[in-house]
Amino acid sequence: MIAELGHFALALALALAAVQAAVPLAGAARRDRALMAVARPAAAAQFAAIALAYAALTHGYVVSDFTVANVAGNSHSLKPMLYKVTGVWGNHEGSMVLWVLILSAFGLALALFGNGLPETLRARALAVQGMVGFGFLAFVLATSNPFERLDPAPLDGGDLNPILQDPGLAFHPPLLYLGYVGFSMAFSLAVAALIEGRVDPAWARWVRPWTLAAWTALTAGIALGSWWAYYELGWGGWWYWDPVENASFMPWLAGTALLHSAVVAERRDALKAWTVLLAILAFGLSLMGTFLVRSGVLTSVHAFAVDPERGLFILALLALAVGGALVLFAVRAPALAGGGMFRPISREGGLVVNNLLLSTALATVFIGTLYPLFLEAATGEKVSVGPPFFHAAFVPAAMPLLLAMAVGPMLAWKRGDLAAALERLWAAALLSAGAAGLAWWAGGGEGLGPAVGFALAAWLAGGTLTEWAGRIGLFRAPLASVPARIAGLPRAAHGMALAHLGLAVFVCGAVADGFWREEAVASLRPGETMRVAGYEVALEGVAEAPGPNYRAERARLAVARDGAPVAILEPERRFYPVQRTATTEAAIHATLLGDLYAALGEGDARAGWVVRVWRNPLVAWIWIGCGLMVAGGLVSLSDRRLRVGAPRRRRAVPAPGAAAAARPAGAD
Amino acid sequence: MTPKRRRLSLVLAGLLALGAAAALALAALEDNLVYFLSPTDLLAREAAPDRPVRVGGLVEEGSVRRAADGTLSFRVTDLRNAVAVTFRGVPPDLFREGQGVVAEGRFANGALSASEILAKHDENYMPREVADALKDSGLWKGPAPR
Repeated sequence: MIAELGHFALALALALAAVQAAVPLAGAARRDRALMAVARPAAAAQFAAIALAYAALTHGYVVSDFTVANVAGNSHSLKPMLYKVTGVWGNHEGSMVLWVLILSAFGLALALFGNGLPETLRARALAVQGMVGFGFLAFVLATSNPFERLDPAPLDGGDLNPILQDPGLAFHPPLLYLGYVGFSMAFSLAVAALIEGRVDPAWARWVRPWTLAAWTALTAGIALGSWWAYYELGWGGWWYWDPVENASFMPWLAGTALLHSAVVAERRDALKAWTVLLAILAFGLSLMGTFLVRSGVLTSVHAFAVDPERGLFILALLALAVGGALVLFAVRAPALAGGGMFRPISREGGLVVNNLLLSTALATVFIGTLYPLFLEAATGEKVSVGPPFFHAAFVPAAMPLLLAMAVGPMLAWKRGDLAAALERLWAAALLSAGAAGLAWWAGGGEGLGPAVGFALAAWLAGGTLTEWAGRIGLFRAPLASVPARIAGLPRAAHGMALAHLGLAVFVCGAVADGFWREEAVASLRPGETMRVAGYEVALEGVAEAPGPNYRAERARLAVARDGAPVAILEPERRFYPVQRTATTEAAIHATLLGDLYAALGEGDARAGWVVRVWRNPLVAWIWIGCGLMVAGGLVSLSDRRLRVGAPRRRRAVPAPGAAAAARPAGAD
Repeated sequence: MTPKRRRLSLVLAGLLALGAAAALALAALEDNLVYFLSPTDLLAREAAPDRPVRVGGLVEEGSVRRAADGTLSFRVTDLRNAVAVTFRGVPPDLFREGQGVVAEGRFANGALSASEILAKHDENYMPREVADALKDSGLWKGPAPR
């Protein structure tokens, strides 16, 4: 009964989405306020209906209602409660319901907080949001109904794939979806603006917080997924340039570009057409990510069972949404001529460089991800493009970005002074040289890669800190006034500094791990020892260890360096009887300087167990860097000037001079 | 500069960036494409030993051996021909005899020295290439590939 209720609620939501898509659009065209006013209650009702459907599905999981095919296929009565609740989105149907739930939640947010928007723009944006919702609800109902009944019902369920039974992965999809779907707001606002034929700074001010929120969630989602892959898959790495990973990385790159170009559109009333185009692309790439993951057209280590019919449906949605928006763009873009003039050496010039470089990097990832598809369609030859391609193509495109990122924020709007900015960067240059020397020494004088990588990261960190220190008057103003200046600086400026610093920290981790990772594999019997990166790893023994819904073999590895004990690592091999699958649980001894990472393979006491041990330097910096980027996004989001719907108000306690000095430079 | 020329230079910069991206990508593709072959294709083609290839098929029943030094050896078959594969390391959790597998590595002296082994997260899933390889050999028995 409850499942039928959920199914009915989904169908109701589809009807509501149709109303939300059509009526306000007609109303906006006729300037009919009554028709436009339909948008808000429709958005609220659509959210309520989907939330009801989602609750019904969750109920099925919680009480283990195996008459529902989706629950029977993906849950088990013995599964821990956390994974019963999060298991709702651990499968295709459930995760698509989560997708539309988040989409409608964004629609609701626009309806609730959209008071500051012009009436027609809001009505049109909500209508576009309704169209997207309609498309995906139709997709769920037509191809992936989560409420299908099963008769006869099995006594127990097929269980969730064991490697998904993990807290890291439990929260990876919602965050990723918050990011993907969050770009729908920028998309809806962009399409609405195209229909209006008008993009003004107020519009850009609206796009920014939504983009920032989506970007922050996407950053956290990608980082969480990467962290999960690192500790759960037992492969010792954190990023594989796998198509599914790239599918989430491409919207991130486009979203990052959008975040920066929206600033120019807001502050200088320029780059408007480009910003609109980026908004369309960011969401289009999110849809493409969904398509790539759900259709299985690309062989990926992350692929789950897929259905070509579903892939085709999403492809059609993608073509309709992006194609329609681009046609509209082609018709209307000439009307969006930029009002602002600007010089190449200026803050806005720097942001244009940022956008050019990000687009270049995005293009390399796009080509590498989709080329196998094109080649197979054209010639029938099957190829794959792996990490070496991305190292050769993406990294050179990203390096100038790091170089420019230190300089851009130092330039003033309208007319920057490059020489003065470079002069202020002497400390960063010194730091950079020092880091390069250190990396050269640490790497034993081999290879330029690490030295270049660390030099760039230190340059960025030095530049960011110099800029931040300059904004708060450190070393220039009396020390006593610094706290007031810190408080007086717009939050968005702190956020930018944090996020840029986070990227620098991340680059250190990625470079160190990329160049200096060491690994060793050996077959060990209890008492035998292997060596990796100067550590001695001894297998003390392997014991049986029971778990709630699995049995495990747990190895005890004693790690020592020059005879002194360092850590005990206890990697496991788990066997899940319900799904008849085994998983490896890596054991990680994590320190700030590097991780010792061990995975246990198959074996027995006579032949020995296969043990694989990695030394991964500075991996923690990758997570710390991502954490800083997310923190930067959150701090920026809390900025009053960005707060959705908040009136622009003067700062309550302006620090003398500081606020005035901060104002013209802005907070980007 | 006039606004028009400025816009022109912006567009030129954009094209330059796109050109750079395309050049980077093409140069990198040249060196880093990994061809996917079925065991039959691989044996017929004698791939250059300095280029990595991917071989997909089923892990032949009864072929999995583990040497004392931890080296795993097995045969990948499309049910017509089979290729010997060696791999040092821990294979993925779903690696099993009779299951679909994709091995990537260099082919020399009649055996593939694999650097990576992919089996799937999901045991209902057959890598598309593997399904195609089996269909090519005419021995595909399962349902339409998913």
